[in-house]
Amino acid sequence: MTPLAPIAPRRRLALGVAFFVVFVALWSIATFGGFVPRTFLANPWAMLEEGWSLFTRYGFARDVAITVWRVVGGFMIAAAVAVPLGIAMGAYKPVEAFFEPFVSFARYLPASAFIPLLILWAGIGELQKLLVIFIGSFFQIVLMVAVTVGGTRRDLVEAAYTLGADARGVVRRVLLPSAAPAIAETLRLVLGWAWTYVIVAELIGASSGIGHMITDSQALLNTGQIIFGIIVIGVIGLVSDFAFKRANQRLFPWSAA
Amino acid sequence: MTTLMLDGVARTFPGVRGGVATIALHPTSLRVDTNDFITILGPSGCGKSTLLRIVAGLDRPTSGRVLLDDVEVVGPGRDRGMVFQSYTLFPWLSVEDNIRFGLRERGLPLAQQRDIAAHYIARVGLSGFERHYPRMLSGGMQQRTAIARALANDPRILLLDEPFGALDHQTRGLMQELLLSIWEAERKTVLFVTHDIEEAIFMANRVVVMTARPGRIKDEVSVELGHPRHYTMKTTPAFSALKAHLTEETRVEALHALPTPLPALQP
Repeated sequence: MTPLAPIAPRRRLALGVAFFVVFVALWSIATFGGFVPRTFLANPWAMLEEGWSLFTRYGFARDVAITVWRVVGGFMIAAAVAVPLGIAMGAYKPVEAFFEPFVSFARYLPASAFIPLLILWAGIGELQKLLVIFIGSFFQIVLMVAVTVGGTRRDLVEAAYTLGADARGVVRRVLLPSAAPAIAETLRLVLGWAWTYVIVAELIGASSGIGHMITDSQALLNTGQIIFGIIVIGVIGLVSDFAFKRANQRLFPWSAA
Repeated sequence: MTTLMLDGVARTFPGVRGGVATIALHPTSLRVDTNDFITILGPSGCGKSTLLRIVAGLDRPTSGRVLLDDVEVVGPGRDRGMVFQSYTLFPWLSVEDNIRFGLRERGLPLAQQRDIAAHYIARVGLSGFERHYPRMLSGGMQQRTAIARALANDPRILLLDEPFGALDHQTRGLMQELLLSIWEAERKTVLFVTHDIEEAIFMANRVVVMTARPGRIKDEVSVELGHPRHYTMKTTPAFSALKAHLTEETRVEALHALPTPLPALQP
């Protein structure tokens, strides 16, 4: 192999698929070959069978829908507050000075650790789940948006001033469009992280959702279902990521990102 | 009649981390009349860009004032349009939308904005590229767009900070001719910063020579060559005489601007 030499798209796809083939092959050998007990790890076929019955007999589609709604809902509420705040922080230093220390600190608080507290404050209903997602997403978005907006090219701002823009005009017509692609990328990344918080929130104190299904399956030692559930989350995350990426490319054709 | 007056304008930058302050510009005075095309010539670090930025209002002088028609300049504004050395086209806007930026800011009716933009797009020879994004354009095309954008906004003074510095020699020559032809038609008042002697003479009716840092105005040389200026002028005896004179003046300053003296070079 030559360093940095490009690779044909067909070959790239083939290699990517090959990884999963090898993975499933090893998994099959470990399970069908009897090296790992059935209660420990289900074999690939059993997992698919369980997955099928989840959808056809146990209404898994409803759980998936509920999990998706929780993530998207919590994320959108977080974004609706965090993006404007991040823009204000990036644009105006006094605002940044006021909020940044707390936001930087709060970023490190694990959203999962808040679950017991939130159950105490908000019960085990939907609000509690949404709050977990909110806490996990909000501070990340604020900081990343603030950094993006604060990093706007100064020469573009100066050019706008020499074209007669005033301070408000600069924020609306330079800072915002300049930061927009990076803000969209930030949202895409943080949405990915938000998926991980929802499952944890559903592992404890939930009566529906993928996480809840996983807990139920654990009680029955049904590793096939558990693995299937995890894979479903992965697939949904991947699909949403892909859709987000495509939307960003369409919205910001001028951006290299 | 636009008169720009620089009255003892000086700029000192405070020292970094309590270090020694940098005098970028000694008190400098200059007068620019309507329809003047002034080039400011000097070595790197002589303060010419600082001077231009102060006139543009993007920087404040440590002492002295800038007066535009007897009104002091305290900040940037559309009366002083600027073309920067780095390409400052807004990447999210097409060529036409970039050029319309200042017009939109002013709130002109859309039809009028488009008319003005179309006029300047044709002027700089970019017809057909209205919907292109800046990253699809070559360096020369981007600077043409930047010039059109500044001109479309009808500033009282046009400021250019080494706009052709990043272009190759041939393209630079063509850009000079283009800018000059626009000036000859519209007679804008122009302040043009450059380190290129040939460019300084070709474009200007007056060349202002600056010393090495800390900069001050060393000399002001009138360029008596007539208009319109043809590129073949660059090899005429009159042009060459001016070039020789300015080469002498600037070479001394360039040697002073070296961080350490180079004995191999004759002063």
